[in-house]
Amino acid sequence: METQNIYLPYIMQIEKVSEDAPFVKTFRLKFINPEDAESFSFKTGQFGEYSVAGVGESTFCIASSPTRKGYIECTFRKAGRVTTALSDLEEGNTIGFRGPYGNVFPIDEWKGKNLLFIAGGIALPPMRSVIWNCLDLRENFKDITILYGAKSVADLVYKHELREWDERPDVKLVTTVDPGGETHDWTGEVGFVPTILDKMAPKAENTIAIVCGPPIMIKYTFPILEKCGFADEMVYTTLENRMKCGFGKCGRCNVGKTYVCKDGPVFSLKQLKQMPDEY
Amino acid sequence: MERKLLTKDSYRSLITKLIGQNYQVVAPVKKDTMIDFLKISSFDEITEDYIVTVSSAKTVAFPRNEKLFDYEKQNKKLTQQDYDFDSIPQSVLIGVRPCDAFGFHSLSSIFCWDSIDKIYTTRLERTTIIGLSCNKSDDYCFCTSTKGSPGSTAGSDILLTKMTDGNYIVEIVTEKGAKLVADFSDLFTADGGVDKESLLAKVAANFNVDDVLAKINSKFEDEAFWTEQAMRCIGCGACAYVCPTCACFDIQDESHGGKGHRVRCWESCGLSLFTLHTSGHNPRENQGQRWRQRLMHKFSYMPDRLNTIGCVGCGRCSRACPVDMNIAEHCMSIIEN
Amino acid sequence: MNNLQQKAQQLLESGNYGLIVGYEKGTSGKARPVFIRKAEHASKLIFDESCDQNIAVYLYRQEIKHDKKKVIVANHHTLKSIVELAAENQVFDGDFMVLAFAGNGDIIELNTFEEIEKHVATLYHGLTEAEAAMMKKIEDMSLEDRWAFWENEFSKCIKCYACRASCPMCYCPTCTVEINQPQWISVPSHTLGNLEWHVMRAMHLAGRCVTCGQCGKACPLELPIQLLTYKVALDSKQFFDSVAGTSICADNALAIFKPEDHENFIR
Ligand SMILES: Cc1cc2nc3c(=O)[nH]c(=O)nc-3n(C[C@H](O)[C@H](O)[C@H](O)COP(=O)(O)OP(=O)(O)OC[C@H]3O[C@@H](n4cnc5c(N)ncnc54)[C@H](O)[C@@H]3O)c2cc1C
Ligand code: SF4
Ligand code: SF4
Ligand code: SF4
Ligand code: SF4
Ligand code: FES
Repeated sequence: METQNIYLPYIMQIEKVSEDAPFVKTFRLKFINPEDAESFSFKTGQFGEYSVAGVGESTFCIASSPTRKGYIECTFRKAGRVTTALSDLEEGNTIGFRGPYGNVFPIDEWKGKNLLFIAGGIALPPMRSVIWNCLDLRENFKDITILYGAKSVADLVYKHELREWDERPDVKLVTTVDPGGETHDWTGEVGFVPTILDKMAPKAENTIAIVCGPPIMIKYTFPILEKCGFADEMVYTTLENRMKCGFGKCGRCNVGKTYVCKDGPVFSLKQLKQMPDEY
Repeated sequence: MERKLLTKDSYRSLITKLIGQNYQVVAPVKKDTMIDFLKISSFDEITEDYIVTVSSAKTVAFPRNEKLFDYEKQNKKLTQQDYDFDSIPQSVLIGVRPCDAFGFHSLSSIFCWDSIDKIYTTRLERTTIIGLSCNKSDDYCFCTSTKGSPGSTAGSDILLTKMTDGNYIVEIVTEKGAKLVADFSDLFTADGGVDKESLLAKVAANFNVDDVLAKINSKFEDEAFWTEQAMRCIGCGACAYVCPTCACFDIQDESHGGKGHRVRCWESCGLSLFTLHTSGHNPRENQGQRWRQRLMHKFSYMPDRLNTIGCVGCGRCSRACPVDMNIAEHCMSIIEN
Repeated sequence: MNNLQQKAQQLLESGNYGLIVGYEKGTSGKARPVFIRKAEHASKLIFDESCDQNIAVYLYRQEIKHDKKKVIVANHHTLKSIVELAAENQVFDGDFMVLAFAGNGDIIELNTFEEIEKHVATLYHGLTEAEAAMMKKIEDMSLEDRWAFWENEFSKCIKCYACRASCPMCYCPTCTVEINQPQWISVPSHTLGNLEWHVMRAMHLAGRCVTCGQCGKACPLELPIQLLTYKVALDSKQFFDSVAGTSICADNALAIFKPEDHENFIR
């Protein structure tokens, strides 16, 4: 796509749709134009603007790993105007995508370290990209632990991948559902993510913690990590502020002088603590 | 800076010729009850009877609605028609006050921050700005507090200053300006050496914007201060829409049947829904926080991140404000409190 | 100190009241709303012809809505809006005291909605001469001319929503223009979208507009936008005998059905 127009999306075809949880879908998207597929590259943690012509654009992270070439994936919850229109689409439909935008998880800096992924609810997608990225470069990292929780068993997204991770000997997966969200055959934990984390008492030494989830989960998770001895610069999270442009112009995503679309969405807890409470 | 002289008759010829040569000429025009920048088709439409126009000159490069591209949907297939950069006309913008002209500097810093917004930059590149020094001012003007002045050349390609005899001193500021003068060289004559300063409006500098810059960061957490400062503000978009440096926008789709376009349109940080998440969470849920954003953006974030001040002291926001939120007063409150 | 300033000072000093919402001198001889919390600031208050703005919007403003020790200095526009807001249960009896002015300039304290309603009955409810003339000018136009008139006006609107923000009756937390499922009204400010928005707004104000003209005064592009809601107000009066801002228990024309209502406009 030869264009100078930063607002013009790539045209993508929906190759595969999967329904991951109630109101949550994942699209596998392929570039219509082979040259775009060739020239496009992104890094884990980045996001894009997905659009339905006639309806509008919506911000999601790229949920697939950059190590998986030829396509990108996004997982979204049906919430408002654009996400509803997207939900109604089927395989074969075409949508717009522009990106990638934003900063990345600094996985190169994490070489030789243990990784602890902590995710809640629909926040697994941004995490999924970095998890697969790290798993595809497995030899670069030491222990990999994933703690993932959702409201109920039905709300757990990427169920087949959870199974895959569970079966891998080189990954420790802990899944949990909120009290009352379990089914009779549930074998995972029952309890809120921070509670389970507290129980796990992860070792902070040489470990990076990556936390994504609803604000309330994040709020209660940080103190536990702190209690376990995680330094602020060893803890990462992502921020979601309302966005339109994705490249620092439309003016609505900033937290103080930090533009989530440019300086984020990935932040270390250390950075976050220096930012004003405007998210 | 090279100076020349342009008589009022030559000025008329210049504009008439520009229109004749198919330039899009945009000038302050009296429309119904107010004066605003509009495309003109004859010199006589121009008025000089204004302090500043209601809307700013930014509309030439950042119109209130910009079609970003067209699309068509047929069956399952989407096709897109890219923005037609050739459609952007060569323009001459006249009667631009020095504050407004300088506003393009701030605006450009946003539209060129890392990723270049070519639609904006092309529009600006194809516009020659003929500024007009201010010979009068009003209670809202405060350019001299924000590093500007009624005769500042910054931002203009050519700056005109009207003399008492109705003719103009011409200052050629940029190459673009020089080219325009060269293209119509027979209309410009030798400079008569009249003192420009004496022709300019006197705008008292009631504060120094550097003091605002120095102080404002320490005020961020002072919720009570912002609540009090913003009590009057009713949260509309007027101040941002008329401001020469405000760039906030929304992106919207418009369509009829299977055809349509995506549009970039003005939006404002003063509006309550501006930052509202779909979840219902709003990081700026009261007007105090929104007013703080407006001032912080102009006097902290833009200076810090883009190395430019986000206010040129034109006073437009305060003139447009339905409740007389006078931004200069608010700047002084920041310094004093 | 004039009467008003003295009165305000007394009220604040008494401790029974903590906030006076009124007018002060603004830029270039304009009056503007002011919030006085300290007795020593009472001297800022003014009340003269420049105090034309309807300031009833502040009564339900989040920051002071629940402050029961507040006083509002009300011109006749503000008074009528208070009555209409009372009728629509947006403000509550006893939540504030009103300082109004008698014909001779004397200050009147109005403590209950009933007192306010009685006082409002003594006020003139029609349009000003200038407004009436403008209305007539438009009514007299041919359909084509009228369309052209409004098309020209709507082409100027930048959709800043200053009209809506300053209108005391536009209190909906989510305005129809902001509903995007479905998108009733296009967001960008082109002539058609602007027309949709203003016609919608006028209809929503049917029988509720107190003809204060505040929307038109607020408009930075000087659209005489109040004429639209005036038209609907006058029609409400003519066809449904409903005049907004006159009764604290009135139901507006669009909210109530009476057997004798005109229905001949339904085709
Ligand atoms: C960096 C980032 C990554 C995200 N990743 C995901 C993801 O992977 N999966 C997912 O389901 N959701 C994600 N979100 C949230 C998602 O963008 C919103 O839920 C979505 O935009 C709602 O759009 P809508 O049109 O359906 O809703 P509406 O309420 O109809 O949206 C109206 C407008 O508001 C904006 N908006 C509303 N809420 C948000 C929000 N929280 N964040 C950003 N813009 C918002 C949209 O841009 C849209 O234009 C992400 C948000 C950000 C900022
Ligand atoms: S903030 Fe106000 S005074 Fe400053 S440039 Fe913008 S409109 Fe002019
Ligand atoms: S954030 Fe506010 S002040 Fe800054 S450009 Fe946007 S509207 Fe203007
Ligand atoms: S300062 Fe004035 S113009 Fe700006 S949002 Fe507030 S009321 Fe509207
Ligand atoms: S105040 Fe004027 S410009 Fe703003 S939305 Fe209302 S009519 Fe349009
Ligand atoms: S999303 Fe537009 S500035 Fe960040």
